[in-house]
Amino acid sequence: MTQPLLLSVKDLGISTVQDPRTLVNQVSFDIGLGEAVGVVGESGSGKTLSALSILGLLPRGVEVVSGSVTFKDKNLLTLNNEELRKIRGNEIAMIYQDPMTALNPVMKLGKQLLEVIASHGGINESSQNQVRALLSEVGIPDVNRAMESYPHEFSGGMRQRIMIAMALLLSPQLLIADEPTTALDVTIQQQILALVSEARKKRNMSMLWITHDLGVVANLVDRLNVMYAGRIVESGTVEEIFRKPKHPYTAGLLSSLPTSTGTNRERLTSISGVPEKPWLVGNSCGFAARCSRAQARCHSEVPPTVITDNSSVACFFPLGGN
Amino acid sequence: MKNKEIKTKGALHYYLQSTSGVVGAVLVLIMVIVAVCSIFGITPYDPVEQHIDNILQGPSAHFWFGTDDFGRDVFSRTLEGMRRSLTVSITAVSLATILGVTFGILAGYVGKWFDQLVTRVSDVFFAFPAILLALAIVASLGNAWYDTALAIGVVYTPIFIRVARGPVLTVKEMDYIKISRVLGFSSFRILRKHIFPNVFAPIVVQIALSLSWAILTESGLSFLGLGTQPPTPSLGLMVSDAQPLAAFAWWTLVFPSLFITIVVVGLNLVGDGLRDALDPARRSS
Repeated sequence: MTQPLLLSVKDLGISTVQDPRTLVNQVSFDIGLGEAVGVVGESGSGKTLSALSILGLLPRGVEVVSGSVTFKDKNLLTLNNEELRKIRGNEIAMIYQDPMTALNPVMKLGKQLLEVIASHGGINESSQNQVRALLSEVGIPDVNRAMESYPHEFSGGMRQRIMIAMALLLSPQLLIADEPTTALDVTIQQQILALVSEARKKRNMSMLWITHDLGVVANLVDRLNVMYAGRIVESGTVEEIFRKPKHPYTAGLLSSLPTSTGTNRERLTSISGVPEKPWLVGNSCGFAARCSRAQARCHSEVPPTVITDNSSVACFFPLGGN
Repeated sequence: MKNKEIKTKGALHYYLQSTSGVVGAVLVLIMVIVAVCSIFGITPYDPVEQHIDNILQGPSAHFWFGTDDFGRDVFSRTLEGMRRSLTVSITAVSLATILGVTFGILAGYVGKWFDQLVTRVSDVFFAFPAILLALAIVASLGNAWYDTALAIGVVYTPIFIRVARGPVLTVKEMDYIKISRVLGFSSFRILRKHIFPNVFAPIVVQIALSLSWAILTESGLSFLGLGTQPPTPSLGLMVSDAQPLAAFAWWTLVFPSLFITIVVVGLNLVGDGLRDALDPARRSS
């Protein structure tokens, strides 16, 4: 990796508190300064939990059981709540999936954005202008009027833009995006992606983009981590993964994407079966039951993560050989 | 221009569109003015003065609401009684609101053992009929107006705990609260600026309704002899005293009862109006 590291997650394990069930197992990934990293996986694969653990905001009943999250020389997992609070929003910000419920319905927009500044040190004369500048950067028309409006006066796409403005307000070094385009129309999706991409380049901001849609991240991120049943099964640069996927699951995901070049009579392939629950995987490869390449060994051993240069794969029988 | 319109269309605008709200506000306002009059002594007669020559007179130009069995002016006594009732119920409901809302919001937000504790304690209070509990408290404290207010306040606190706690449980799971946390807002800020305004509406409605119940409870306590003590007038006490007289001197019973009814109906209508005005789902324009 050429850039200096900003965030480094090592061997992260997350489990439920009562009746311990593993939800995330040995997840490791790095994000360099100014780098955009994607995490792809199905619902329940642990991608959102991994992201929330970075901010110390795991839901009640779920806890980190192992590993470390290093952000600029600090292990975030050892910080207390107040120290974490200062990092949240200020150095690491996050945008969410559903913009419709993401804004306080009884607070005017301008005030709501100023709240972010107020909660990290206080408002001064320039704060208003700072908010205005960001709102116009994210493409909100008639900014002065928008500041005096309530959230219900905006469409979903507009609200997502506002959310992005809120997240960018304090110029965080890392932006975590948890499927921020899933709830939006495809055309709006493209606009939001372009917007985030541009804002990121302008600020040299790092980004962690969580999604279940490989198509969304293809042009957005530099590196990809593919998660399955609580583990990262493959990681690498976007080109590598799209051109030469090594893990059978990644290959399956890719072949389920519609392509613009395929003949339109062709059926999309799907991966048969349902994803295994992370805590039921035990001593096997989580994907073994659905994998066409699986052999006896896959059902009785956990495949180790094999790291080569810039990529890694956790499979005994990767595509294209070892 | 349009910008201005949006700004000014606040809750008041929607409140004034509700018929029941306006009628209720007018009724309550009249009663408040009446009560204020008695504070400044603007009553036709001293409410405790006995006009021995005019015992049990019917309504006339001299005594608008007639006189009672001691020759006291029922009109003056009703005004004074209204003031007592409003003072006690406003004090009681203020106390219940402050205590109940604080504990309710904290219980809902903090959760865990604190929520359990607060909920269980308020359940215990709920288990007693309001008037019985108030009776017990008044009996042990005393008969001063503030004792009555304290008793009613304590009895009504669990209602406010419930009203405040419920919406907090919903609101704290909303994405905008999660995002507030993600963006590093402190808990205090989240509570004050993001949770409280969102649970504000049901609390305001509850205040209006509780005021009317508190007036009834105060009247009930006085009626039972544990609230305001004679000769000081109170609406409940007047109704109680008028009971044996009702058959031949209807005015002694009717007028205080009417005043209780008007203020209770008025406050209920205000509650309805507030509910409509503060609920964004009901104002569709």
